[in-house]
Amino acid sequence: MSVKFTEEHEWITVEGGVATVGITTHAAEQLGDVVFVDLPAIGKKVEKGKEAAVVESVKAASEVYAPIDGEIVAVNTAIADEPSLVNSDAEGGAWFMKIKIANPSQLDSMMDRAAYDKFVGK
Amino acid sequence: MSETTLRTPLYDAHVGLKARMVPFAGYDMPVQYPTGILTEHTWTREHAGLFDVSHMGQCFIVAESFERAAEAMEALVPADIRGLAPLQQRYSQLLADDGGILDDLMISRSAYPGRLYVVVNAGRKEQDYAHIAAKLPKDVKLERLDGEALIALQGPEAEAVLAALNPEVRNIGFMYFKLLDLAGCKDVHVSRSGYTGEDGFELSLSAADAVKLWNVLLKDERVKPIGLGARDSLRLEGGLCLYGHDIDETTSPIEAGLTWSISKPRREQGGFPGHTRIKNELSNGGLKRMRVGIKPEGRLPAREGSIIQNAAGREIGKVTSGGFGPTVNGPIAMGYVDIAHAAPGTPLFLLVRDKAIPASVVKLPFVPNRFKR
Repeated sequence: MSVKFTEEHEWITVEGGVATVGITTHAAEQLGDVVFVDLPAIGKKVEKGKEAAVVESVKAASEVYAPIDGEIVAVNTAIADEPSLVNSDAEGGAWFMKIKIANPSQLDSMMDRAAYDKFVGK
Repeated sequence: MSETTLRTPLYDAHVGLKARMVPFAGYDMPVQYPTGILTEHTWTREHAGLFDVSHMGQCFIVAESFERAAEAMEALVPADIRGLAPLQQRYSQLLADDGGILDDLMISRSAYPGRLYVVVNAGRKEQDYAHIAAKLPKDVKLERLDGEALIALQGPEAEAVLAALNPEVRNIGFMYFKLLDLAGCKDVHVSRSGYTGEDGFELSLSAADAVKLWNVLLKDERVKPIGLGARDSLRLEGGLCLYGHDIDETTSPIEAGLTWSISKPRREQGGFPGHTRIKNELSNGGLKRMRVGIKPEGRLPAREGSIIQNAAGREIGKVTSGGFGPTVNGPIAMGYVDIAHAAPGTPLFLLVRDKAIPASVVKLPFVPNRFKR
């Protein structure tokens, strides 16, 4: 299915009731060089708009919010091992986590690509 | 309403280089250029990095003689100013009466008679100038150099780059300066000093000359522009204090580990604000806390404000600067700890998002300084 976006600069794709979540290329550019990623534990319950992961650049730490309610079913250890992937492949291989969706209606209010590009002023 | 942000003479140059501009100390400054902080940091360690530091405050202290100006300045700072050789520069601190640090600064014996050349932090300059002007005797004046620019060229190739413009730069010793002609710019104040832990130079010159020299230097393939982000990671690896973070009005130069900047006779004789506290902290048992280097285990950076605990879990201090050291290739931090825990090798914990991260006290700097002594 198509990719959706949040105002907190996460992207999300859904397959079989599971959302794959990452941060947008725009967000990665704003962060600068990522040097550390703190991922949630598998099995953790997350809530839309609450902190789910933390990404640290040379300059600062930034929260990554869960875009949807659910349970963490997988995390991408590749970005923990090589945080620079977040800069080089933000909307591809550098996904953060997979969330088993508890409340699918929360997807409805998310932006599509065109709306997100407009949102960030592209 | 936000106040108007100021621009340095190199603002257009930064925008032309597609820098990301951020407000810093009242100025619109480049935090990084498109290549990013890690690349800029490493480039400076290996080649030559060009920094715009024109936001910093430059001024002259003017008197009938050098001796008179030095005497007046010694009443405000603990360094040996009267002992400055011609064209020599020293690092010192402007002190409050209780020994707290109002700012840290560079003081040089100017090439012009009866003058000291002083560089202070951007975010403190208005307070500093007011403080200094109020404390100086009537026959000694502070003369602001607001129109002047300041650029820094730092790194192992900085000397060769500048020597291509004027070989005389090779004869400037660490913490000395010369007035030199560079690429058609007359009487540039070329000081061998900096804020990266690398050999390098700071160049004070007119706004128009700064734009000209900036562009000449960037034509050299050994030189790249470096933003404030890498300036911060470089100075942190170099164990250098950032005012408002590692030092402030609550910390003394002794607590901050800056005792080396106070000459032995002045430690004894005083004659500067805060001498009572400083003398006490230098005596047995007088020092209660100390700035130390801290190396967290693992990869997670501990930022400014993180609580430092001893091995038993008791709070013993706070991180004052912390982040990722690109050359160290891991997290590094500085902070104040209770003196009983200040020895290198002491195990600590840093609280990061409610997790206690094991860490230990280490000797500063994290990356050996490569000043040209």
